Amino acid sequence: MADIDTGGGGHKKKGPGVKKGKKLSTRVDLTPMVDLGFLLITFFMFTTTMSQPTSMHLNMPDDNKNTQEQKTKESGSLTIWLGKNDNLYYYNGILKPDLSNVQVTNYKDIRQVILNKKQTTDTADLFMIVMPGNQSTYKNIINILDEFSINDVERYALVNKVDPQYEKDIEQFDSRSQ
Amino acid sequence: MGRAKLPRKSTAVDMTPFCDVAFLLLTFFILTTKFKPDQKIDINTPSSVSSKVAPEKNFIMISLNKDGKAFLNSDNYKGIMQTALDNLNSQYSLGLSPNEVLKLSKVPVIGTSLQGLKQYSQLPPDALNDKLPGIPIDSTHNELTMWMKAFVDASSTIAGDVTDDANGATSIILKGDNLAKFPQFKNVIAALTENHILKFQMVTNPEAVPTGSELWKKAQIEKTTTATN
Repeated sequence: MADIDTGGGGHKKKGPGVKKGKKLSTRVDLTPMVDLGFLLITFFMFTTTMSQPTSMHLNMPDDNKNTQEQKTKESGSLTIWLGKNDNLYYYNGILKPDLSNVQVTNYKDIRQVILNKKQTTDTADLFMIVMPGNQSTYKNIINILDEFSINDVERYALVNKVDPQYEKDIEQFDSRSQ
Repeated sequence: MGRAKLPRKSTAVDMTPFCDVAFLLLTFFILTTKFKPDQKIDINTPSSVSSKVAPEKNFIMISLNKDGKAFLNSDNYKGIMQTALDNLNSQYSLGLSPNEVLKLSKVPVIGTSLQGLKQYSQLPPDALNDKLPGIPIDSTHNELTMWMKAFVDASSTIAGDVTDDANGATSIILKGDNLAKFPQFKNVIAALTENHILKFQMVTNPEAVPTGSELWKKAQIEKTTTATN
């Protein structure tokens, strides 16, 4: 198939009585070998892992010790609530009792919100607080922490034990957004 | 009619260079390949811009699947898993024989309550899948706290024996599914912080840094400064 026939062809007469053994071509058909090679390549390509998983480091405060609460300036804090269905609710400073200063956003637009906050406040005062709602997912938490590293925000806290009052507020927003 | 007769050429192609290329590629893939670790529990991790590679040695991994079930596995570095199991066995009188402890320390993933461990050691390997009950992590009955305590004790006893401590402390890795809910994640974190494990890592898929973002600008500046140096 793939070999070029070179043997044979011109039969010259060697003379009477000289018997020549038939010359066999030494060429081998390489097509099956190529087939096999590519088959193995495909196998290795599919099983190989090109990208290694990375990891994100997170440090939590020790809540067993009575560490003094970190004082943050009201003007420099931005609290972000993680809601249901990839919704985000945020407010600057202190929450008003009627929740009127809470704004709704999503994971795309939060970057601009964080950037604005960063530009308008002093770096030493800047502090981000994340409170995940009970309907939020692990992905939401990673995304928001990732957003902080993308925007180069050094000081932030992930609230692990969310106050029941806040939980209720987040739920209220969750039901409103539906 | 006088028509020039072209010599008939063979249509067969020499396959040798083709074969060479194929085997060159094959060698490349064989040498660079690293097989995907056997995934017992299906988890889709979220992605992040973090560029630190997840540790592959000396780790304890807590997995949280999409149903909020927790699983535990470790590479049993310096027998940490075995020591931890021994601790748990004597502390909560689980009635495990040394043979069962050895078996459990080599199990690819632990996904049952402490009381169920004895039975768990008898399970066939193909039964280790998403249908396992998982380690109970309710806020009222969090067995992961007991596990982590056992690991903390185990690592302190092991570290005492080991002279070459170049690899540092055991890293705690958290591997959560995209869809895992926060209440379960909270319980996992609680189990860690209660045992004063305050530093841990979360496994993510690598992702490119968005162009124009603060981090991107920072990386650009670093690149230029290293280039000029």
